Amino acid sequence: MDLINLTIHELRDLIRNREVSSEEIVRSFLSRIEKLEDKVGSFITLTKEKAIEDARKIDKKIKEDISNLSDLAGIPVGIKDNIVTEGIKTTCGSRILKNFIPPYDATVVKRLKLSDAIIIGKTNMDEFAMGSSTENSAFKITKNPWDLNKVPGGSSGGSAAAVSASLVPYALGSSTGGSIRQPAAFCGIVGLKPTYGLVSRYGLVAFASSFDQIGPLTKDVEDCAIVLNSIIGFDKKDSTSVDNGNIDYTKALMKDIRGIKVALPKEYFDDKVDNRIKEKVLDAVKVLEKLGAKIDYVSLPFSEYALATYYILAPSEASSNLARFDGVRYGERVENYNSVEELIVKTRTKMFGDEVKRRIMIGTYFLSSSHYSKYYKKAQQMRTLIIRDFERVFRDFDIIISPTTPTLPYEIGEKKLVSMYFSDVLTVSANIVGIPAITLPCGYIDGLPVGMQILGKIFGEIDILSVAYAYEKNSDFQKRIPEIKEGIKSGV
Amino acid sequence: MKISQKEIKHIAKLAKLEIDENDVEKFTNQLTAILELVEKLNEVDTEGIEPTYNIYHSKNFFREDIIKPSLEREKALSNAEETTEGHFVLKI
Repeated sequence: MDLINLTIHELRDLIRNREVSSEEIVRSFLSRIEKLEDKVGSFITLTKEKAIEDARKIDKKIKEDISNLSDLAGIPVGIKDNIVTEGIKTTCGSRILKNFIPPYDATVVKRLKLSDAIIIGKTNMDEFAMGSSTENSAFKITKNPWDLNKVPGGSSGGSAAAVSASLVPYALGSSTGGSIRQPAAFCGIVGLKPTYGLVSRYGLVAFASSFDQIGPLTKDVEDCAIVLNSIIGFDKKDSTSVDNGNIDYTKALMKDIRGIKVALPKEYFDDKVDNRIKEKVLDAVKVLEKLGAKIDYVSLPFSEYALATYYILAPSEASSNLARFDGVRYGERVENYNSVEELIVKTRTKMFGDEVKRRIMIGTYFLSSSHYSKYYKKAQQMRTLIIRDFERVFRDFDIIISPTTPTLPYEIGEKKLVSMYFSDVLTVSANIVGIPAITLPCGYIDGLPVGMQILGKIFGEIDILSVAYAYEKNSDFQKRIPEIKEGIKSGV
Repeated sequence: MKISQKEIKHIAKLAKLEIDENDVEKFTNQLTAILELVEKLNEVDTEGIEPTYNIYHSKNFFREDIIKPSLEREKALSNAEETTEGHFVLKI
């Protein structure tokens, strides 16, 4: 049986019926990794021996009793390398943490372990999650499994490529401005950024704390709901954690979508988006309309300011968060220094990559007393206006649908700096507003996947999951598997 | 607006970074490009709009001041380059 192309729920059923063991599953994925990791480059660290050891323990448990078995029990997972794992190296894709071994688990990791999930490795990412292509990793460039010449998106590009290439059945990523949805869309899988506060950030190395959220990257919508179920919940260790009760998100899958009100913001379908992508998304909207959804165009007039708002606030928060990397308590340290000041400056200068330096510097600039009002405060006021935009639309609508990305996956090396920043133009708003948003495949153009983004109200995960599931059941895009080869070079 | 090379050096200093003389121009141009992107906000009058610091506008969570176990000293020091008697060591 070919286990590697199965979803979590399919693997779960096999385990429950005692048709396969966890060890067999883990070994299948490990041999897939052995075969393809050199081509795809999804992982920074692999934990093969520990994974097999864990699988054996869980198999023993399964042998005894399956009545309390979690949906994730015995199934491997990849964890983005900015989520701390006790005893497993966590680098954030940065040289400054290249040997950092966390002394504790992030809350999400604790929860996965309580569900008997098996960590198989830590996935590649743009350094400190700053980037949209995973080219900014200090260790390797991850490739897009649909075309190895193309980027997988980022910053959770390792997680997205690993799921897409069936190196793991699912992975965790993190999103500050689109770092789950954009790579999921580029790699043809499902990715969810939950409502801010739904998933604990404790143990997620901070980039921009008022935006960051951890979320699942999976092969289908049912898996997304299953993973969400096991990582949510109030955590007193995260001061922004919100108690939203104990919801079973798989119940969303049964929900009827007839009569659900869908808004299409005209600003998300304008000329910054590839026409072919728009067409695919509108085709998908037609499918939903046939299923009984009510569709209407709306306007979110402040959308065009979302990207600028984000690129002020996120680097500002980052410049403050990354001040902790000083070479004193953890992380790499330069060998020769004559003062504490020199130690800090030399360590940071040597160990941070250019994009991280740029964001720290521009953030420092925005926060400096002479620019604070003009940039930082102004962007926070814009954040209020953007939130109001969404609140107004959500008074009359249940969900918003748009493309996830303005372009198809681009060539490795093609985009730099500000042109790269525009990758996030359709995703940043959900992080600015704090609302949940999911992406799922809605077609292919030239053999590359296209993502549809569904945004919901605060704690509206049930709405977006139910619509995503209804669409998925009425399309067959989830069933396509990449061949993992190089496409035709389109010339950069 | 353009950032000057002098400003770049000043920001780098504040951020505890050193910019190589050969890279000053590169960073100046790159940061100027970012500034040009974000200056789009000048088109909007935000006078009197309440800034959003946190989407829930939540107050701080307070708790009783009760001592509870936290990360053990040994673990807290486990990633330090050098330690002695429970302290971090710098060689100056």
